[in-house]
Amino acid sequence: MTCKPEEFLISTISGLLNQPHIRHVAVGAASPIPGAAALLAQKIGGQQLDVTIIHGNANNAFTDGGRELFDCAGQGRIDAFFLGGVQIDGQANINLVGTGDYPNLERRFAGSFGSAYMYFTVPNVILFRPEHSRRVFVEKVDFISAPGLSAPDVQRRGGPKALVTELCLMSFDSAIGRFRLESVHPGHTVEEVLDQTGFEIIVPDQVSETATPSEDLLVQLRNEIGPEIAKTYPGFAKSVFDIQSVAT
Amino acid sequence: MSKIRSVEELAELIPDGAHVAIPPEYSFVPMELVHQLIRRKARDLRLLCVPLGGMAVDLLIGAGCVAEIEAAAVSLAENGPAPRFTDAAITRKIKIIDSTCPAVHTALQAAEKGVPFMPLGGIIGSDIEAHRSDWRTVDDPLGQGNGPIILIPAIQPEFAIIHSPLADQFGNVWIGRRRELVTMAHAAKRTLVTAEQIIEGDLLDDEKTAAGSLPALYVSALAKAKYGAKPLALTDCYERDGAAIADYARQAKTDAGFDDYLMQHVYSGRASAAE
Repeated sequence: MTCKPEEFLISTISGLLNQPHIRHVAVGAASPIPGAAALLAQKIGGQQLDVTIIHGNANNAFTDGGRELFDCAGQGRIDAFFLGGVQIDGQANINLVGTGDYPNLERRFAGSFGSAYMYFTVPNVILFRPEHSRRVFVEKVDFISAPGLSAPDVQRRGGPKALVTELCLMSFDSAIGRFRLESVHPGHTVEEVLDQTGFEIIVPDQVSETATPSEDLLVQLRNEIGPEIAKTYPGFAKSVFDIQSVAT
Repeated sequence: MSKIRSVEELAELIPDGAHVAIPPEYSFVPMELVHQLIRRKARDLRLLCVPLGGMAVDLLIGAGCVAEIEAAAVSLAENGPAPRFTDAAITRKIKIIDSTCPAVHTALQAAEKGVPFMPLGGIIGSDIEAHRSDWRTVDDPLGQGNGPIILIPAIQPEFAIIHSPLADQFGNVWIGRRRELVTMAHAAKRTLVTAEQIIEGDLLDDEKTAAGSLPALYVSALAKAKYGAKPLALTDCYERDGAAIADYARQAKTDAGFDDYLMQHVYSGRASAAE
């Protein structure tokens, strides 16, 4: 059974969520792969896991409007969340606004969403950015939507824990402010990761290969998670799982 | 006096230069009223996206109705970047005030409580903070060792605009779980609502609808607009028309394509009059 790149990433992210201290994972706007990964972790994980997908009403138990996600994170009730970045730098600063000298931007993107708050309040933020290139992974971001690190006097329980790309999985050590290469996806190499990363990372002597999802897992993903994520992301479910959208 | 008006009358109530709060993309967006604002050639609007902007905001920007926009982000969600917003940002045709979602909610919550500002955690050290001269970072004012915190000034928009599936003859408006619409209405000086359906009864008579309703107390005027959120979704009424939004995303990439879209979908249409 061939595994699509999206399915591989879903499986990899899902593995990061299967930890006993993660009891509630929230998924923000326009995040079909993290959304599917959260639902998969809920299905196969050993722990009781609540999943909140804030985009639409499916798998979304919030009833207090747009602010509830942030209030819930502020209360410490969200253990994991996902953020991306047009640019991400070696200190895990993320940029969702644009490139160039703000406000005189060369390229403009949607904006910071809730990143500047969620990064401070959610203990396990997983950075997810499929494109792994020097265009994305830069020495210093052009605009800090949310900083990876804070001064010691700033109240902060949250921050980056991992980075998932099309090439590899990294962890982030906030004590030293550096990413560490954890595993490289099948078909790719450590050299390729280093070539495509514009900042220094810690590379252990032995770097393992990221685990490939089993056939059983893929069947479960396609048959059980596919229809579920279609309720939130019909276009994604159609292109990846060939599932027609179901009205919710 | 009845609060029921036409969509055209609602659009006339919003003067050029008005500060208008608009709901996020996923539901309850008053698209028909936005079309009518474009048809009446509204100018210099200051938009507050609560907290995200989408197709309605992109249309207003492209049609030249907007001077300034405050948002945590603007995009067409699954259909990618908002083309007119992106173009206006690069060419600096409009003023963009970058925010972050909870800061918009907090500013409106401060206004609904009638206090001048409210503190909000996080954000410190971001370039959002660096470019917001209206925000103030202070040391824990209670001296309890909680470190620095950001004070967000209240935002009291002149108008909040909403499209709901259901309203009643008195102007009570069902909003279900979309509580940010209540916050918007509490904060705004005036709230203008369009609705799929305006019923004879009273939504506040039944406890099940009362709890999910915005009372008429906060509603200045109400108009019937069948399919008033299309092509966006409306809770329990219709799904998002992804194909239509994809067409918009493609056409709006160029000035000429955007003008064609306006001719086909905005200027050709008329506000749905109350039946």
